[in-house]
Amino acid sequence: MLRYLIEKEFKQIKRNVFIPRLIIIMPLFAMIIFPYAANFDVKNIDLSIIDHDKSSYSQLLIQKVQSSGYFRISNVSGTHDEAMKSIEADESDVILEIPLNFERDLIKEQKADLMVSANAVNGNKGGLGSAYLANIIADYNNEVRVKLMHNVSKVSIPSMELVPLYRYNPTLKYEVFMVPALLVMILAMITGFLPALNIVGEKQSGTIEQMNVTPVKKWTFILSKLIPYWVIGYVVVTIAMGIALFYWNLKPSGSLWTIYIFASLFIVAFSGFGLVISNYATTVQQAILMMFFFMLTFIFLSGLYTPVENMPQWAQLISNISPLKYIMQVFRLVYLKGSSFNELHKQFFALISFAVVFYTWAILSYKKTG
Amino acid sequence: MKVIEAHDLTKRFGNFTAVDAITFEVEKGEIFGFLGANGAGKTTAMRMLCGLSKPTSGIGKVAGFDIQKDPENIKKNIGYMSQKFALYEDLKVWENLRLFGGIYGVPAKEINPRIDSLLHTLGFTAEKNTMVKSLPLGWKQKLAFSAAIFHEPRIVFLDEPTGGVDPAARRQFWELIYDAADRGITVFVTTHYMDEAEYCDRVSIMVDGRIDALDSPTNLKEKYNVRSMDEVFFQLARGAKAKE
Repeated sequence: MLRYLIEKEFKQIKRNVFIPRLIIIMPLFAMIIFPYAANFDVKNIDLSIIDHDKSSYSQLLIQKVQSSGYFRISNVSGTHDEAMKSIEADESDVILEIPLNFERDLIKEQKADLMVSANAVNGNKGGLGSAYLANIIADYNNEVRVKLMHNVSKVSIPSMELVPLYRYNPTLKYEVFMVPALLVMILAMITGFLPALNIVGEKQSGTIEQMNVTPVKKWTFILSKLIPYWVIGYVVVTIAMGIALFYWNLKPSGSLWTIYIFASLFIVAFSGFGLVISNYATTVQQAILMMFFFMLTFIFLSGLYTPVENMPQWAQLISNISPLKYIMQVFRLVYLKGSSFNELHKQFFALISFAVVFYTWAILSYKKTG
Repeated sequence: MKVIEAHDLTKRFGNFTAVDAITFEVEKGEIFGFLGANGAGKTTAMRMLCGLSKPTSGIGKVAGFDIQKDPENIKKNIGYMSQKFALYEDLKVWENLRLFGGIYGVPAKEINPRIDSLLHTLGFTAEKNTMVKSLPLGWKQKLAFSAAIFHEPRIVFLDEPTGGVDPAARRQFWELIYDAADRGITVFVTTHYMDEAEYCDRVSIMVDGRIDALDSPTNLKEKYNVRSMDEVFFQLARGAKAKE
C-alpha cells in the first residue's frame, strides 16, 4: 500500500511546475547570496572628519584612519554643523573632530583631545565604528609618543601586544561561521514549507476525501507524505554542501556520515512539524501563515544570527523547542570543529525526540473521520 | 441479505439537525436511490455511512460493520464517489486507477490487466495516458466511478454522480451503474434528477433531514396517484414548505 502512495507523491512532485525548480535553485541562490548578506564584519563605515587644525599631525591621523580599511571618508568638513548635517542626511555614521591647536597641544603638553560622535540609528555600525576608531587613535597615540619621546631621550617605551589565537576559525571569517548555519536554514525552509502545503492542498482539491474513504492506515499515509521530503532534503543538503565546498571553499572537518545522520533526523522532525500544520489548516493560506510564524520564531531562537547565550533566560528556555537550534549546533560543530558523533549526544537525543513527537503528532492530527 | 442498515441515524451540527433519525435498510444487489432536494441531508447521511463523518446518535451498519465502532472495516468493503471530482488531476488515467487499486489491496499482478480490460470496456483505451485534468467532465465522472468499483467492493456509494452533464452522458453513466449491479455490487446513489429515480429498484425521498417516503418508484407513483416521480417529489416538497 505504501509503495503506491509514495509512487503517487513522487509523480506529483515531479509534475509540479514549481517544486523541482525550487529544490535546485533555492539552495544555489541562497548559499551564494545569503552569506554576503549575513556579513557581520562592519566595513565601509562612513566617516566625516572635521579638521580644525589642518596640521601635519592631523593629516597623519587621517591617513592612519583611511588606511585601516574600515572607513570611507565621506567628507572633510570645516564645521561641526556641516558634519551633523551629513549624519542627518545619512551620509556618515561617525564624526571625528580634530580641534584647533591639536598639533601644538600634542607636542607641547603631550596631551590633546579628539571628539568622536557616532550615529546610533544603526547601533551596530555606530558602536563598532567608534570602537575601531578608538583603537586606531590609541595606536596613533602610541606612535606619536614614541616619536616625541625619541626626540627627548632614548628611553624606550615598554609596550604590550595581545596575540589572540582563534581556535577552529583562525582568521575569524564570518562565512566559516555562517555558511553551515545558512545551509540548515535552507534545509528547514524547504522541508518545512513543502509538507505544510501538502495535505492542506489535498483538502482544498477534495482528493483527501477519496483517500479518507479508503482503508489506508493513518501512519502509512503520513509516512508516504514524509519520505519524499526526506529525499528532497538530501538533495538540498548535498547541493548546499557542494556550494559551500566549491564556492566558499569550506568542507566539514568532521565526517559526512555525521552530517547526513543528523540531517535525516532533522528532516523527519521538521517535515513532521510541517504535516502537523497542514493537518490543522483548512486553507493553503492558513498553512503558509502558520508556518511563516513558526519558521521565524524557530530561526530567531536557533542562534543563527545571535548566540542563544545572549538571550534572556526565558528566551533561552523557549529556544529549546526550536529543532533548528540543535541541527545548527551540529552543522557548525561538525564543519568548524570536526566534532564526532560521540560529542553530539545532546543534539542527537533532542532531534530524535523531535522526530518521534512530530511524526506521532502528524499521525494523530490527521483525521479520516470528521 | 441486508448490506446497509440505518436505525434512527442522526447528525446534528450545533442547533441544526442535518439528518433526523432516519431508518432504512438496503438489500444486497439493489440499486437504491437516495433522493431529496439540495440541503435535505443526503450527502451528510451518505458520509456517515461511509465512515467519513461520525453520527450524533443512532445505529448504522454497512457490510455488517458498525459505523461508529468499525469504520475502517467498512472502508475495505465499499467504494465511494464524491459529489466533487476527487481523483488526482495531476496523475494520468491509469495512474489513478493503479493508485486506488493498490491502496485497496488489489494484487500487484492483477492491477495492470484489470486497468486494460476496464478501459477497453469503457472504450477509453486511447486515453490511458491522458492527464486527468484534461478530461471532459462526463469522462471524469465515468473514471471516478470506475476507480470507486475497481477493487470490486460489495457496496458503492455515489453522491450525485451525474451533476452537470448532458442527458446522453447521464444515460451512459447509468449503463455503468447497471453493469456494476449485474455483477452483484449494491449501488447506493443520491440524485435530484427524478428521471434517474425511475432507474432505481427502490427510492427514499428525504425532506428536511427525514425520510418521508420509501418504496419502489412504481408503488410510490401509485400511492400518490401521479404519473411520474417528478410529481411525487413535488407533493412531498410542498409538504415540507407547509410545515415551515
